[in-house]
Amino acid sequence: MSTSTGSSRRVLEKGPSGWLAAPALVFFLLFAIIPLFGVLFLSFTKWDGLGEIKLDGLSSWTTVLTDPVTGNALWVTAKIMFFSFIVQAPISLLLGVFTSASQKYRAALAVLYFVPLLLSSAAVAIAYKALLDPNFGLGPGLGLPFLAQDWLGNSDLVLFVVVFVIAWQFVPFHTLIYQGGVRQIPASLYEAAQIDGAGRVQQFFAITLPQLKYTIITSSTLMVVGSLAYFDLVFVLTGGGPGYSTRLLPLHMYLTGFKANDMGAASALGVILVVIGLALALLLQRLGGKNRNASQLEGA
Amino acid sequence: MASTTQIPAPPARRTALSNKQGRKQGPRAKRTKGPGRFRPNYLGGLGGWLWLAIIIVPIYYVVVTSLKNQAGFFTSNPMMPPTEPTLDNYKLVLDNDFAMYFANSLIVTVGSVVPALLVSFMAAYAIVRGKGRFLTWTNNTFLLGLAIPLHATIIPIYWMITKAHLYDTLLALILPSIAFAIPISVLILSNFMRDVPNELFESMRLDGCSDWAMMWRLALPMTRPAVVTVGIYNALGVWNGFLFPLILTQSPSTRVLPLSLWTFQGEFSVNIPAVLASVVLATLPLLVIYVVARRQLLSGLTAGFSK
Repeated sequence: MSTSTGSSRRVLEKGPSGWLAAPALVFFLLFAIIPLFGVLFLSFTKWDGLGEIKLDGLSSWTTVLTDPVTGNALWVTAKIMFFSFIVQAPISLLLGVFTSASQKYRAALAVLYFVPLLLSSAAVAIAYKALLDPNFGLGPGLGLPFLAQDWLGNSDLVLFVVVFVIAWQFVPFHTLIYQGGVRQIPASLYEAAQIDGAGRVQQFFAITLPQLKYTIITSSTLMVVGSLAYFDLVFVLTGGGPGYSTRLLPLHMYLTGFKANDMGAASALGVILVVIGLALALLLQRLGGKNRNASQLEGA
Repeated sequence: MASTTQIPAPPARRTALSNKQGRKQGPRAKRTKGPGRFRPNYLGGLGGWLWLAIIIVPIYYVVVTSLKNQAGFFTSNPMMPPTEPTLDNYKLVLDNDFAMYFANSLIVTVGSVVPALLVSFMAAYAIVRGKGRFLTWTNNTFLLGLAIPLHATIIPIYWMITKAHLYDTLLALILPSIAFAIPISVLILSNFMRDVPNELFESMRLDGCSDWAMMWRLALPMTRPAVVTVGIYNALGVWNGFLFPLILTQSPSTRVLPLSLWTFQGEFSVNIPAVLASVVLATLPLLVIYVVARRQLLSGLTAGFSK
């Protein structure tokens, strides 16, 4: 760190020393990049989490790839990814547009919308477990019999309950992203549209949506890649059950490694998780187009 | 790699200006950007209030239930306020080492967020102001970290922590939390730092300032909203984190709040009001901070992620 303090004028003209980036890089290499290679290495070993690590060739991979639970976990992950995206994306887009306007009551609502973000996933899951209880929860409370179901015990319903709770927790965050995006759209665009006689719906599709292109990519990427990290919420809410119906890939990895004590197989699942995450992120960036630094304000 | 893995980085658009306005006038000030609305939008308003109901009902249920005694919980209507409100559940939770779990969470959060901010800020400064292959490579490495579900690496992290004899210590939670906070922190901070006019740096350099001095006396004051945003965002993530505590700690003396909620749930499983009281107590500190600093927090997060 002190290398840059006493530098000569020549060094100053070259800009700051790369050493300033070193502490962050060291932390990141040590606890993120090395473990990334570590998980690949461990997938070729046999380890129960306590004893010795033994090289074991491809046997963990054979176990994982032939186990029907893996395929099921991938399918459950894909379903939750898909449904939570199509639920969250439109709601947060509309709420973002809604809260970005200047009315005072909307600003007040925006303050309240944020509250779920303050709760930990464990807290949200525990709250919903109580709330969804068919005898002492929301159903009997509101006197609505259709709400008094065994939401978490019914393997046909539980997936949608998980999607709903995820949306409840994460829509506020994406609403904020969209709100910020909408506030950067120049008002002159809307004024021009109004002079041309465009209605509210027309303005939304002709101005708001195209102008939000990069915000939509950002939010969607975070949503899709983020859905590979839904662990704590599902772990506390359902534990992956009933049966295997909500056993997402990250949860399956945890249970394989730390409950079934098969760290080799769990590492293979971890590698699969990394590959899927990378592939999805690259795909979404490609969809968004490469030249994202080009001005979006042309013609404004 | 940079262009393909960059995630939350739409191009900067007049943000230095709009941030300043946001800070001075707050969100209530009349805006000059965004959709102008002159007719009331009833449909939008309806949707807005509906979402509020969806947000509020579970929170209301948790608070109301936490004030009931167990008999009241089993007999009264779940959505009605208790006839005889009681704080006994809160007392029960507080008597079960809540203060210690709270202190553990505080240590881990401060111990992770402050170093993460410091190293990320220095890295962002070097990446934005410096040149060279090393810095480009460093930046790309961080961007890669955004595309990877880092949770996939918990097994090697568990192995490293046990090998370093850090298992079941608070440091075991702090070290990986710092590392996981770095990519998004560097990204947001460097996005903001690019907006600081180059002329300011040049005039300071002519006055004979070193990079170290420019970093603290120019870059830091100019990017303060971003620093606050990143700090809050990381603090929320660490305070509420569950996975690292679950796999890297074990004993009650190193338990943090989210994990304590889960164990309370196991211990008091029949006593739902007490479990929900622990949920309220664990959230209360963040709620207080939010009530005090909501304007800065909302405008900071909005600006930070929409850049």
